[in-house]
Amino acid sequence: MAALLFTLLLFAGSIAAGLLGALTGLGGGVVLVPLLTLIFHVDIRYAIGVSLISVIATSSGAAAAYVRDGYSSIRIGMLLEIATTIGAVFGAFLATRIHTQVLAVIFGLVLIYSAYLSWQQTRHPAPDLRAGSPWSRRLKLSGQYPGPDGKPQKYEVENIPGGAAMMFGAGTLSGLLGIGSGAVKVLAMDRVMKVPFKVSTTTSNFMIGVTAAASAGIYLHRGFIDPGLAFPVMLGVLCGSLVGARYLVKANVSLLRNIFTWVILALGVEMIVNGAMNRL
Amino acid sequence: MSKGRADETQGKRFGDPQMEVMMGRLLQVGVLLASAVVLIGGVLYLHAQHGSAPNYRSFSSEPAKLRQLGDMGHGLAAGDPATIIQLGVLLLIATPVARVAFALVAFAIERDKLYVAVSLIVLVVLLISFFRSQ
Repeated sequence: MAALLFTLLLFAGSIAAGLLGALTGLGGGVVLVPLLTLIFHVDIRYAIGVSLISVIATSSGAAAAYVRDGYSSIRIGMLLEIATTIGAVFGAFLATRIHTQVLAVIFGLVLIYSAYLSWQQTRHPAPDLRAGSPWSRRLKLSGQYPGPDGKPQKYEVENIPGGAAMMFGAGTLSGLLGIGSGAVKVLAMDRVMKVPFKVSTTTSNFMIGVTAAASAGIYLHRGFIDPGLAFPVMLGVLCGSLVGARYLVKANVSLLRNIFTWVILALGVEMIVNGAMNRL
Repeated sequence: MSKGRADETQGKRFGDPQMEVMMGRLLQVGVLLASAVVLIGGVLYLHAQHGSAPNYRSFSSEPAKLRQLGDMGHGLAAGDPATIIQLGVLLLIATPVARVAFALVAFAIERDKLYVAVSLIVLVVLLISFFRSQ
């Protein structure tokens, strides 16, 4: 295939991955790696490398929009980033020791679980307020956010060690598979630490970029990041996710979201089958 | 609503909400800068590329000029398009690192020792992961 055509197709595909990631709230990486490996027949190591880059771009590009509403908590984010960055370095270390076939199967399993989470999220909003652990105040993690009526709502957090352990896992997955693993981060804050859902999602967005940066340097040095792929993919995913976050998320898209959840589920099965049969 | 928040923080010393807004801007500027560099490198790269797309089906590590800081300098000096793209990638990786460094300074201004220490740990992990692998 001619270089220009290949680049244009990659760019278009990356825009779609960015849109899909923003719509499902799973981030661009989760769709990008299967797209690159299954459709463009890119080796999974290149796919993971370039995906990490686009994850940083998406997270950082959306940050200004997220802080404006005052939901995100810099302290919760920073404290848990200790766990995610160490996890990410560990994940990048594991990636060189795991066969690419196994990587593909793990990726498929994560996709299927992500699809399940995204399906569940639309159905069961978590309850908001409750009393947290004493460490919530000692570590200055208690905070407030604008409630539905405009008045500030106070919140406290609980089970910080449990949340941190899960964040280490989220970081490991991010470093291993080149994804933002935002779904796991939200789960750790929202379900384990009982951080309000809106605070969890916005704080998670910040953490994704820092986590990905911890392993991206390692991938760059290993030669997993190819400029010919990085150029169309990074710019495409960034465009797609910014447009998606701006226009699609506000619209009523529950039907679209459901369809895409099935798409992600199908991609997960594809990854497992192709990984297991060594067709990637 | 955003006006209310601004009033609330006005007159007080440097606080968390202002810090977050500045960090958001910092990240946005970093991404814009990195994207611009990648775009320039990419256009030059396509211009220099003739014939078919490279084979990505099988993995072979990138050459040193595209993955090591020291060697990238030579590539940049020679105006190599692929190296310019990698410079954009480096700027992008540096963006969240800059955010953590900024938070460290902001917490120091707030005299919040606990979070100065927390930010420092995150920053050290990021820097070690980057420079140890170089």
